[in-house]
Amino acid sequence: MPALPLDEAGRYVAGAYGVFVTLILVYVAIMGAKLQRIDNDLAELERLAGED
Amino acid sequence: MIRAALAILRKDLRLELRTGESAPAMVLFSLIVFVLFHFGLDRDTLEGDLASGVLWVTILLAAVLGVNRLFASEREGAAIDGVLMAPIDRTAFFLAKAAALFLYLVALELVALPAFAFLLLSPSLTGALPELLAIVLLADIGLAAVGALVAALAVETRTRELIVPLMLLPLLVPVVIAAAAATEPLFSGSQAPDDLGTWLGVLSLYDSVFVLVSIAVFDFLLED
Amino acid sequence: MAGPHGRNLRWWALGSAALMAAALSLVFFYAPNDADQGFIQKIFYVHVPMAIVALGGFVAAGVMAIKHLRTGDRVWDLRSYVTIHISIILGVGVLITGSIWARASWGKWWVWEEPVLVSFLIVFLLYCVYYPLRFSIEDPGRQGRYSSVFAVVAGAFVPLNFMAVRLAESYTHPRVLSQTGGSLPGEQRLTFIVAIVAMTALFVTLVKLEITAKSAAMRIKRLRARMERAAEERESALVAG
Repeated sequence: MPALPLDEAGRYVAGAYGVFVTLILVYVAIMGAKLQRIDNDLAELERLAGED
Repeated sequence: MIRAALAILRKDLRLELRTGESAPAMVLFSLIVFVLFHFGLDRDTLEGDLASGVLWVTILLAAVLGVNRLFASEREGAAIDGVLMAPIDRTAFFLAKAAALFLYLVALELVALPAFAFLLLSPSLTGALPELLAIVLLADIGLAAVGALVAALAVETRTRELIVPLMLLPLLVPVVIAAAAATEPLFSGSQAPDDLGTWLGVLSLYDSVFVLVSIAVFDFLLED
Repeated sequence: MAGPHGRNLRWWALGSAALMAAALSLVFFYAPNDADQGFIQKIFYVHVPMAIVALGGFVAAGVMAIKHLRTGDRVWDLRSYVTIHISIILGVGVLITGSIWARASWGKWWVWEEPVLVSFLIVFLLYCVYYPLRFSIEDPGRQGRYSSVFAVVAGAFVPLNFMAVRLAESYTHPRVLSQTGGSLPGEQRLTFIVAIVAMTALFVTLVKLEITAKSAAMRIKRLRARMERAAEERESALVAG
């Protein structure tokens, strides 16, 4: 197949790199949620420790 | 160790001859799948790559049935702890189970191959019998080894019947690739296959790797 | 278990960011446009490194699983599990970018002519079963052991499968457009290598990140259990005395 014109090709390439970036950002979001839970659990532990 | 393996094998075969749960079910299944393919593909006869594909997919799916039932006797009697308490090498256990599965597959093919030839195949099979035998036996070794391994892996899970096909079928893709490619020229009017050696080589490599891996890894399963 | 995984995390993260920036600059400012495919070939620099790193991750997870089975140390199980996890995430990216590349190059959303892509699909489908297998086994020791056995078997399967698929494709479709690094001109090859290194660094960073978070969560759980037990003992001592 002959090479696509630049604007059409550009969209595909942008799509591919966009998928890559999105994947990483989704992973960052998941990590954020995990850290949030760790933070909450630590607060709970501090409360438990403070009660004695 | 061989004696222990033979003892377990004899028990399984005796149970199978009495209750007939695995091999007859696999045979019936393959026959009904041939009928399904006839209607699904809307063909009276098949040849070449289509015939090859139908045959091997059917054998594979029937193998899934066999794998699902492979450890059934141990599970249902809760006998699996009994086997482990006896000082049996787990390798012997693997060999026995793989050998049982191999024999069920051979039994399946003894009926399913002629049935396939009568029902769906258009070229005659008789000219290529030795090659076909070699391909089928090598494929069966791979199916049996991987099948026994997957059956053992799934023995502890609650969702056994789902996990087995999901695990087994991707692992068997190389077998389908090699076996189907090897039998394709045999089903195209009994031409002499030119690259049979390559595909038999692939099957042998697959068999060696997975028999060795299974034996190495089986000790870590079924422990308690 | 002190904090062995979190220690160098920031360096890995910084290094990955720098390498990624370098790779992206090379891709878009240095590497020349491909003679046949034009600008579309740029997808190749994100799709193939992801595939290579993900497949490498699967095989590495198999090696870690072997270590787990031989030493019984649960750390190796954790590492194996997380490596497979990140490889699957990368795998989703491989399949989607591969599909985009197929659409841009051949006009269809999937091609069977690409042995790397096809064999990757099979491997991906296999490793997806890792989760249902792992989480349907209740006993934690057994869970780790059986998962490791699966990781070893699947890891051995990856190269065999790739070889078989490649053989099959070479009989039906002559290899046309797959450039897996063999015959690339100099600038493209340098870019490609930097991209692979960057992707590997990113992979290691993500694995360390995940392991650190997981082990922190586990330690918190253990700490809480210990503190609750201590609080109970004190209460019952009060009641008794």
